[in-house]
Formats: sequence, C-alpha cells, structure tokens
Amino acid sequence: MDRLLEILGSIADTETTAYLLEQDFVLYGLAAIALLGLLSGAIGPFIVMRQMSFSVHGASELALTGAAAALLFGLNLGLGAVLGSVIAALMFGLMGSRASQRDSSIGVVMAFGLGLAVLFIHLYPGRSGTSFSLLTGQIVGVSEHGLVQMAVVAAIIVGALIVLYRPLVFSSADPEVAEARGVPVRAINMVFAVLVGLAAAQAVQVVGALLVLSLLITPAAAAAAVTSSPLRAIGLTILFAEIAAVGGMLLSLAPGVPVSVFVTTISFVIYLACRGVAAVRR
Amino acid sequence: MATEPGSGHARGAPGPGPVVALQGVTVSRGGRTLIRDLDLEIAPGEFVAVLGPNGAGKTTLLKVLLGEHRPDSGTVLVDGRAPGDRGTHLGYVPQQRAFDPGITLRGRDLVSLGIDGTRWGPGWPSRRAGKRRIVDDALTRLAAGKLADKPLGRMSGGEQQRVRVAQAIACDPCVMLCDEPLLSLDLTGQRTVASVLDHRRREHDTAVVFVTHEINPVLPMVDRIVYLVDGRHRIGTPDEVFTTEVMSELYSSPVEVLRVRGQIVVVGDTQHLVAEPWSSGHHHHDDDAAGGHDHGHGAH
Repeated sequence: MDRLLEILGSIADTETTAYLLEQDFVLYGLAAIALLGLLSGAIGPFIVMRQMSFSVHGASELALTGAAAALLFGLNLGLGAVLGSVIAALMFGLMGSRASQRDSSIGVVMAFGLGLAVLFIHLYPGRSGTSFSLLTGQIVGVSEHGLVQMAVVAAIIVGALIVLYRPLVFSSADPEVAEARGVPVRAINMVFAVLVGLAAAQAVQVVGALLVLSLLITPAAAAAAVTSSPLRAIGLTILFAEIAAVGGMLLSLAPGVPVSVFVTTISFVIYLACRGVAAVRR
Repeated sequence: MATEPGSGHARGAPGPGPVVALQGVTVSRGGRTLIRDLDLEIAPGEFVAVLGPNGAGKTTLLKVLLGEHRPDSGTVLVDGRAPGDRGTHLGYVPQQRAFDPGITLRGRDLVSLGIDGTRWGPGWPSRRAGKRRIVDDALTRLAAGKLADKPLGRMSGGEQQRVRVAQAIACDPCVMLCDEPLLSLDLTGQRTVASVLDHRRREHDTAVVFVTHEINPVLPMVDRIVYLVDGRHRIGTPDEVFTTEVMSELYSSPVEVLRVRGQIVVVGDTQHLVAEPWSSGHHHHDDDAAGGHDHGHGAH
C-alpha cells in the first residue's frame, strides 16, 4: 500500500522525469514506443474489423515462447519473438477461415506454446527478471539496435497496409463478395496474419505478452465506438495508441514501474470515454 | 448517368455473344450430382431465374459461375473469361448474412468497394468526387440515399440488402448474380430491387441470374427459367416450364400448376416437394416438408 502511494506521489515528480528525459536510453525508449503506437494504431482497426483479437493474443503469447527460446539458446531476443509470433499467426491463418473454427484452434496452439515458454524460462540459468519482463514489458532496455528494428517493422507494416488498403477492407468486410470480384482473399489473409505477427512481436517487447491487447485492440475498439468512417477510425486509433503509449511511458519514468501499467490504464480510460460518448450520442 | 458505360471504367464489350456460357456442365457436391450436363447461354440483358427446391443446387450453380466451385466436367465462361477472374465486371449479391455490428464502414464505403475495392493502394483522392457520384447514384436508385452515412452495423437486414444491391450495380456489371436477393426485404423493398435489376438489364444490357424459390415477385421480368430438381433440369420461358406436364416430370410425381390472378402456384401432394416458407422471418433453410409446394403466397 505504501509502495502504491509512493508510485502515485512520484508521478508528479517532474524533476526526476526531466532528468531521465535527458538520458539517451530514455529517448530511445520514447522513440521506440512512439513507433509502436504508430504501427499498432495503423493495424488495430483491421484487427478489430476482422474480429482477430484472440489471434493477436495467441500470437503475442507465442512471441513470448519464441523470445524465451532465444533467451535460453543465447540468440537475439527480438528475432525470437518475431519468429514465434509470425509462425503462430501463419498457423492461425492456415487453420481455419471461419471465425468459430479459428477460435478453438488458436486456444489449442496458444496453450501448448505457453507450456513451452514455461519450460524455456525454467531452463534459463540467468536472472528470471529478464524473462519476467517479457510478460509485463520493459521499454527501458531498448538499444539503438532495437530502435532500428522497431522502425523497420513499423515501416513494413504501414507500407503493407497502404498497398493492401482497398482489397484488405473489402475482404475484411465481405469476404464472399470480395472473392467473387477476384480479390485474392486467401493470400491477403496470410499476408495480414504475418503483419499481425510482426506487430505482436514488437508490442511484446514493450508492453509484454500479457498486455499487447491494450495497444493493438483497445485503441481500435475505442475508435470504432465513436466513428464508422474507416479512415477516421484509423486516424483516431493512431491518436489513441500514441497517447496511451507515449503518455504511459512518460508517467512511468519517475515511479520506475513497468511501462505497461500506465499504457494499459490510459488506453482503458480512453476506451471508457469513447463508449461514454457513444452512449450519449444514441 | 454515372453507371453508363464510358463513365470511367471500361467493361467487357457487350457484343452479341453470350455473357454466360455453360457447356456440358456437370456439378456434384458431397457425392451427389446436383446438375447433370447443363448447356446454358445467357445473352446480354437477359433475366434468368434459377428455381428449385432446397438443396437442388441453385446456390452451387452460382458458385460455379463465381469460380468458387469447380464443375466435374464441362466448360464455363463468364464475360468471355474463366470464372473468378480479377476485374470481371460482375455484380454479386450473396445470400443475406448480417454484418458485424461494430464494423467501421458506412453504406457508402461498402458501395464504393464495389467500384474499386479490388485495386491495390488507398486510391487517389482526386478520384473521390467521381466515385462519390457513382455511389450516390447507385444508392438513390435503391431509394437508399439515407443509408450513405449510416453505419453498416446499425442497418436492418433489409437496409443491408439494399446497400449490397447498390454495391453490385456500382461496378457497372455486365452480369449480376443474385442469391435470394429479396429475402428480408418488405414488399416495397422487393419492388425496388426488382425494378432496379430490370432497369439495369434494359438500359445497360446487364444479364441477370436470379436465384430464388419464389418466382412471382419477378415473374413479369423473367425471360427464362432454369429449374433444378434432383439432378434434372429444365430451361425455358415461364410458360414453357411452369406447366403441369413439365413440373410433374421434373419432380417425378403428379404436380399441378395453377395460374391465379397472374401468379403461379405449384401444388403437389408428396413429401418430395419441399415447401419453402416465403416470409422475411424465415430463412429458406427451413425445410419442413409440407403437403403443398406453394410458389406463390399472394399475400406477401
């Protein structure tokens, strides 16, 4: 309880925050989380439109498995996370096109993947703090290399979404008619699954596997509550995701708690506010 | 008129040849032969109704035209190309299925996907005005102008159906494939959709393939009927197909065809005939076999 009050008290400690903001590693972290806000804001509306929240959750859990395996075998952690979640997302994409069928197969794969992750973490001889941060997130460890990786992934995701925009919206909204008109619906599903895997893997390294949904789903769901224009939804989602991501990081600096605490809180508050606005409007 | 040829997107030349050509097509599904040796050529501007009891293969025939179901044998050409080609000017109105309530699309967004939803990229902002005109025109034709800015997820089934038909005509199709497009529409809605399709084929030579279990709402505009029963089929004008002899032969049991006040009623007394309740509340998969195969509830 005392610790909680201390945390709340230190949010207002602008001196510490200002000091930290002069540090390179903090600035790298801020840049990384801003990029993450951008990429999750861009892809979120499509995830929500395709009702793929559970796939995202599954992909992020398997990013954890990949990262834990990388940790154990002494490989690049980010690469392990990307591999884990992209393979998972591809499997989900292959398993079933019908949402109902996808639902249980994702659960099955996710459960097994988590079991493996526990095994890898158990076998890892190093500090358990590192593996714990994969669950709850830790941005402060972002290096220059990590920042470059984040920028590359953000560019890939945003670029792919721009190129795919119309066929992606078509096949998300009405796959039957899109296919009839000659949109390569199945190929688009697979490409989108890979994009989701990439996004989840990036988000895992910042907010942790347990809280990926707060950046990939919550802002998009909040936007969908207040607008039904597809472009406006994307704009609002990016805005909400940036506020949650960057705002959450700034607030977490002085108290020194994991960044995910404030990211999830802010995005949840935005969501509630949007639902409130929607309720008043009707 | 925005939907006139030459208004921006070229479509397959509607020359004198058939828009849809099926030759010796045999289709089976789940080990059952639904369609045997079907030859059918549909001319530009022709209105063809596909009829038959549940499970006779009406929807499967559409899937063959869409390239989603491969026939066992025979050749299929739609607009001179293999079915399912990207960029075929084909309007498709699928069997009614509701959109997700939270979907971030308005009526106009769905219709504009019909115009350029198959193209890559986000689209040039400079083309927006032209697109908007086509979208507004298509929605107005369906008396659905008010649905342009309404969220799809908050529309009723009938409203969604109007928007779907608007989307199908927005692509300036040379053939429209409609799967039970009148389901969930009230009487006014049925008339609007039927007259839009009729106008489309008269003014723009668009062929219409119309799957239905209820001939009467479209009887005045139907040129030919494809009637499927149990792997048998009969093609002809309504007068040729809806006779006591032909229907009895198709159903292999005595069936009587009556004409009541310009409507066609088919009456049989066998379980073989599956009555299909025609009302907006029922989906046509309700297939309780009843005594009479009623093709026309005049009251609806």
